[in-house]
This record gives sequence, C-alpha cells and structure tokens, in this order.
Amino acid sequence: MSREQTQVPDALGHFGLYGGRYVPETLIPALEELTTAYEKYKKDPDFIAELESYLRDYVGRPTPLYFAKRLTEELGGAKVYLKREDLCHTGAHKLNNVMGQILLARRMGKPRIIAETGAGQHGVATATACALFGLKCCVYMGTEDMERQALNVFRMRLLGAEVIPVDSGTRTLKDATSEAIRDWVTNVRDTHYIIGSVVGPHPYPMMVRDFQSVIGRETKEQILKREGRLPDYIIACVGGGSNAMGIFYPFIDEPQVRFIGVEAAGEGIDTNRHCATLGKGRPGVLHGSMSYLLQNEDGQVQLTHSISAGLDYPGVGPEHSFLKDTGRATYVSVTDAEALDAFCLLSRVEGIIPALEPAHAIAYAAKFVPTLDKDKIVIICLSGRGDKDVHTAAKHLGVSL
Amino acid sequence: MSLTRLERVFGAEAPSNCRIGRPAYRKALICFLTCGDPDLNCTIDLVKAVAAAGADIVELGIPFSDPLADGPTIQSSSYRALQAGTTVSDVIKCVEAIREASEVPLVLMTYFNPVYNYGLERFANDAASAGADGVIMTDLPIEEIAQWKSVADTAELATVLLVAPTSTKERIERIAKMASGFIYCVSRTGVTGAGDTLPGEVVELVNRTKSVTDLPVVVGFGISKPEHVNKVLQYADGAVVGSALVDLIARHHHTGDVLERVSEFVRSLKG
Repeated sequence: MSREQTQVPDALGHFGLYGGRYVPETLIPALEELTTAYEKYKKDPDFIAELESYLRDYVGRPTPLYFAKRLTEELGGAKVYLKREDLCHTGAHKLNNVMGQILLARRMGKPRIIAETGAGQHGVATATACALFGLKCCVYMGTEDMERQALNVFRMRLLGAEVIPVDSGTRTLKDATSEAIRDWVTNVRDTHYIIGSVVGPHPYPMMVRDFQSVIGRETKEQILKREGRLPDYIIACVGGGSNAMGIFYPFIDEPQVRFIGVEAAGEGIDTNRHCATLGKGRPGVLHGSMSYLLQNEDGQVQLTHSISAGLDYPGVGPEHSFLKDTGRATYVSVTDAEALDAFCLLSRVEGIIPALEPAHAIAYAAKFVPTLDKDKIVIICLSGRGDKDVHTAAKHLGVSL
Repeated sequence: MSLTRLERVFGAEAPSNCRIGRPAYRKALICFLTCGDPDLNCTIDLVKAVAAAGADIVELGIPFSDPLADGPTIQSSSYRALQAGTTVSDVIKCVEAIREASEVPLVLMTYFNPVYNYGLERFANDAASAGADGVIMTDLPIEEIAQWKSVADTAELATVLLVAPTSTKERIERIAKMASGFIYCVSRTGVTGAGDTLPGEVVELVNRTKSVTDLPVVVGFGISKPEHVNKVLQYADGAVVGSALVDLIARHHHTGDVLERVSEFVRSLKG
C-alpha cells in the first residue's frame, strides 16, 4: 500500500475519490498557474534555501520534541512526547505553510494576499508574513469568531492587515472561507489566496501538506535521535487537518507508526452540535474539493459547533478522508468538556497552556495513553499555544477576568 | 430528430445565404429565479409570468447552503429558499408543475453537492422526466465533469458550461467540446450580482468563444437593465438577467402585484 499512499494526489489533485477541483471556471487558470509555480519552485534550490532560512531564523525552527515527563507519569502508560509547534513565531504551526506560500506568491508577482481564519492563528500568521514582505493583506473572519478570538483580531490589525467581518451563514470559518473564495474569484489576477489548511481545490491540499511536513520531518529525526526508534502512535487534532497531515505525512510509509486524528465532538457527536466530520459526515463537495462533509439528507452543509474556533468547520482535508477509507489513520473525537479538562491538565502538570485545538489531541491521549504499555511511545502534535483561548476557557470554567 | 426546446429558442438552421460562418441564432432573453424563494407555489407562478412576458429561457436555481459563486442578492435568496424548506425533490416537482402549463425551456442552475448527494443518475433522470432541459453547475469544471456529462447525455439534458474572462482560447475549446445547449460567458471576474455598467472585457470573451464553437453564446453576471440586454445582444446570442429579478421579487413578494411588476420588468428587458 505504501506506493499508493505516497503517490497521492494524482495530477488533478485526487486522493482516490477525494480532492479535485470543484470551483468556478474563473479560478481554474489561477489554480493551474499556482500548480505550475509550486511544482517549479519546490525543486528550486534558491526557493528551498530561502524558505529554510526563514523557517530557521524567523519562525524559530526546528521546534523541540519535548519529553513530557510529568504528563507521562500522570497518565501512567506510554511515554508521551510533545512536538512543540506552540513555540513557533505567532504561536502555532500556521506560519510554516504561510511562509512557503508567501515566498511563492512573491515569485508569482502577486502584490495582494487574502486569507480566511477561524481561530485567528492562520490570519495572524498571514498578516505577519505580509508585514514582513510589505504585501497588502485582507483576512476574512466570521463575526462569531471575531468575538471569541478578539485578541487575534487586534493582533492582525496591529500587523497592518485589514480584517473583514463575515456576517453571513454560520459567521464562523466556513463562511469566512466562502467569502475569501468570492474575493479571489473577483480579484484573481493580482491576488494570491493563502488557504490555511489542507483543504480547498488542488493544489492546496497537497501544497499545504508539503509545507507543513517540516513538522513530521523534524519529529522523525528528533525521535530517532532520542529513542533510537520510531514512535508507536502520533496523535493530532483535525479541523481542516493541516497540523495532522504535516506530522503524519513523513511517516506515511512506516506502517508500524499508527496515526490518530482527533476531531471536535462539541457537545457530543449524537447531538447536532459538533464538528466530527470524519466521524459523522459522508462524501460531498465544499470549498473546492470532495471530502467527508457534515451535511443534511438534502446535501446542504450543516451547522457545526466546537469550543475551539479552529476546529469549527464542517469539512476536512481530502487526504484525511483518503487515509480514513484506506485505514491508514484512525479518527476519533472528544467533547468540549474533555478538551477543556485537557487544557487545564497540561497547564497544571507541564506548565504549558495549549490552544483549545491541540487540547483535543491531549484529551484523547489522556484516555488512550493509560491503556498502553510503558515501553510504547506516543507523540502528540502540540499545534499551538493557548494564550488566545484563556478568555474562552475562563468563561467555561465560570471565572470572570 | 426533433428539435429540443433549447434548439427551438435559438433556431438551429444553418445560415440561409450559405456563407461560411456561425448559424444566425435568434436572440434569447434568459431569466434566473431561485426556486422556493419566497415559496414553491410563488416560483411556479413567477416562472409562468416571466415566460409569458417574453423570457425565452428560464434558469431555475436550486438553493445551496454555500453558494460561493454568488453575490449577496442570490446568497440571501438561496438562504430564504432553504429556510422555507426547499429541497432538490421540491425543485423537480416544481419543474413538473411548470411543464404542465408552459413549454419555456428550463435550465436548472446549482452547485455540485446537492446533485451529488441526490445521486447523479437519479437527478439526471428525475430532472429530465419532469421536463428540465439542461443543467448548469457553477462549481463543476470540465476536470470533474466526466461522470455527470455521461448521465446527462443519456438523460438528454443539456450540459451548459461557463467560460470566464480568465479562460484561454485553448481552454474554451476544451469546454465547448463538453458543452451542449449553449455556452455561458461570465461577464467579469467575480460573483453574481447586478452592476451599473457592463464590463468591456466581455465582448472580447464572447468573440473568443464564438471563434471556437457554433453553440449559442450567452452572457451573464451583472446584467440588470434593458440597455445592458440591448448592448449584450448586439454581440451575443443571449443575455441572462438574475440578481435584478431576484431582488425585485424579494422587494415585492409580499405585495399583491409582484407578478405584474415582474412581468413589466421582463417586458422592459425584452424591449
């Protein structure tokens, strides 16, 4: 199966049934231009060297692979390591992808950058890179997310980006993405759209995965150096799924390394307030690609909920759908309450306040790790830090700040 | 072989004076309405009124929750239709009801997901039996169209495809080979919505398209006034008016004279 696994997507961006390009005709030439540019520059030594230097000197890579001794003791099972993407500049893994795409946009001569954002982390990363290179930046954000992630809205504006409130539909990431696509359809000639996850039309799912794969490449080198062997499990949260694809992908041909993706079960997957797309959805098309999708019986996209704005999305990256169907990865979900407990747990035992998104991965680990033997190794992708979430957490814990 | 309803609109005869060139098509006014906004019975009455007032083809929108090629007017209209409970099956029933009273060609316009979810073959068969003449799916480019094209051809539904100002001549050639019924030129880079002025680049796109296909070539997006229609019909075979009509319905559906207002507007477009 390994060849099949690593040879996706095909030339038109298909991961088996999933992926592809389901977009208005206006965008097709731009996607072809982007694909050609990406294929060219990903092999270009100057591009690679420039990206590596920014990842090292600006983003702060490599990030540590940290042995979480007290969490390991607390859980009483396998050894737990944390891949510290929370230590990246801007506080999450998002900048890995943004740096890659912004260097590409510069080479393509696109002076204007747009992005969508949910939790605000991708928006902040994009605003940061645009400030660094003096590019015009517009970030679309749902008004509900602007409320729950007010700190990130301020950061983006401070960085010189225009934050455009999206008040339609769910007023969250889904509608922010639709609005960003509408902007791109309109301004396609001078604008590059930096999609923040492994979603959207080809080449985005492949390209974002590749830019995020720096997480997995470092992890592999670090765990081999530290333990002399590969891990048994890698656990990562999945909204669109870019941190998960980034850490999974370099291990894809190592079948002994099991992948676990953790979705947000919100108030429970048997309520209608969750966003466990792979757990409860079925194949459909949203935002340019075929993938699992939360939809009603008539093919209308469903409303979602998660305490974490970054996971609050009814779709998922097409490669995750593919990995689910082939059985290469397993997808589970944890509730808002479990994620909140994990947010507190990691803060208390390791002195690390995680973002609510990776708190979902920690929460699943908290249930799963105790069932494993002590000689097993689990790596959790700690995709971002929790400063942005302290208000939300306080509110849910009944504390007024 | 008998002519389809769409062919009868444009007239399929070859140019009479034997010149080499494209067929001399009759000019068509095409009106778009969202099915189920404000409700299904209204839609049936509105389509009949629009046809009686002179629309040559009606595009009937199947509402989708995430209409990413549409501007605010049709977004709101789709939202209202979904809030009113409109389903894909309802739209097909609506086509059937219109067909009982009118021979106006009906082209269903939507996004891929509702159709995919309904089942491609089932949708093609049900839509064709109900009396639909063609389907446009805004987010289904030729790269992904093979399966749909094959079931649509079998069901004898026209596959109307869009070309955009960004489409190269080579690409328009590939699109034209997959299309039937007519080709829809998107007048500008952007989403649907009424505009004050027509973008100049569309003339060039229409000419590029006509140079590679004998199918009728129509223009849509941003056409909202009689003078727009007049101008477009000087170089294209048809003009599509959508948001302006949807907006008129939204403003007047609660009043008693919505059918009269809509008829009057369509008559003014027809000139």
